[in-house]
Amino acid sequence: MADGNDGQRFDRLPATDAERTVDGRATREAVVDYFADRFGIPPETFDEYTFWEKGAGKIWIYRGEAPTPLEIEAIGMTCLRTRQEHWKPTTDFVQRVGSHATECVIDLDREQARRFAAGEDQTLEWWDGDWGYLIAAHEIAGESEAIGVGLYVHGELRSMVPKGRQRDLEP
Amino acid sequence: MEPLERYRPIIDDFDAFLAACERPLGNAVRVNTIKASVERTLAALDEAGVDYDQADWNPRVLTLETDSPGSTWTSFHGFTHGQEEVSAVPPVVLDPQPGDRVWDCCAAPGGKATQIAALMDDRGTVVANDNNLGRISALRFNAERLGATSLAVTNADARNYSLERFDFDAFDRTLVDAPCSCEGTIRKNPDALDNWSEGHISSVAGIQKGIIRRAIQATREGGTVVYSTCTFAPEENEAVVQHALDNESCRVVDFDLDLAHAPGLTAWNGESFDERLERAARIYPHQNDTGGFFVAKLEVTA
Repeated sequence: MADGNDGQRFDRLPATDAERTVDGRATREAVVDYFADRFGIPPETFDEYTFWEKGAGKIWIYRGEAPTPLEIEAIGMTCLRTRQEHWKPTTDFVQRVGSHATECVIDLDREQARRFAAGEDQTLEWWDGDWGYLIAAHEIAGESEAIGVGLYVHGELRSMVPKGRQRDLEP
Repeated sequence: MEPLERYRPIIDDFDAFLAACERPLGNAVRVNTIKASVERTLAALDEAGVDYDQADWNPRVLTLETDSPGSTWTSFHGFTHGQEEVSAVPPVVLDPQPGDRVWDCCAAPGGKATQIAALMDDRGTVVANDNNLGRISALRFNAERLGATSLAVTNADARNYSLERFDFDAFDRTLVDAPCSCEGTIRKNPDALDNWSEGHISSVAGIQKGIIRRAIQATREGGTVVYSTCTFAPEENEAVVQHALDNESCRVVDFDLDLAHAPGLTAWNGESFDERLERAARIYPHQNDTGGFFVAKLEVTA
């Protein structure tokens, strides 16, 4: 369609399906619902934020002022990959809001956390929750803290931490 | 160290200054309060057995006793960000408030822009601009790791920066952390003085003058512009601020800084500057065992 997605600029997500003008574009409602349904993150967490698409399916979360559309390098941070069967949150976004999550959070011990941050896949057959994208967390200074996104399938947790963010950390 | 001899007449205890410039710097980090409180960060470092010193002037600035500050859990989680102690000064002087519109016109690699966002509780608009597309990738990486959602990143020359891309027509506060000859980074970059020349200083000063003028024009009346460099050369510091005073509507104002420093100069090489430039701060390496820095605070008056 003429008014299609333009990979060179930021377009604010429509509030709901009724306001959508670009095919396949996620809505704010769908994004907030996804975080609530999948991870139990309360929708009001995002009250002060706007969501944007730049590049096919790449969703950005922003808290400042900006007109739409906007041709700049970045606004806020990338938070979610849409336009695919299973939406996938980003490592940095999960670290930013992970403390609000109550579901699909897999708690790792020290050695498992170290391996996850290094980008390693590991067999964790004790997990009896949902398959798919999970928030991997560990305890640091007495509280749970999100490390990043993992893909859990067939008893294995695959680290989705991007190469540039992987680190060899002390156990 | 030869180029630094020209500063013998203006620096107290010049031998201590030279000796400090020869010593390498410690591993300073800033606590990123967007991700974790200072208390939680210190507890995480304690838990990991990493020793630290907290700066007297700023509880969010730490020196870590480790050879690899980037390989700690606090770094991985974005609780800490490697940033030289004096480099944390300009955002504090800028004193941004939640909800402000702030422009960091030479922002890459983003340590100060993300510090500004943190000081605003990540509420408001921080436009982080840089003219170098390669350095913008480092800025974006740091902004995402530190979780700064109030940042908008632009790639333009600050000297003729257009506000047309936004819905507002002026910033509340602007930081000009100008490209400079970097003399004050000698402790971190031992080759910082290798290509030193008065000609280079003169050409960089021309760019700095263009940037500070546009910064003042893009800031609202009553707003704040902070000008900083990591160099000692008065041609790039007081003379640039003087150029702004001569050509734009602004005045130099006071600020508090609980870090030892010398006042700005009112004369250099036969040229004299506005007396209020004494309110600027020259931070020398031997005063606080840091890198070198210059900071001036301006109020926009029209």
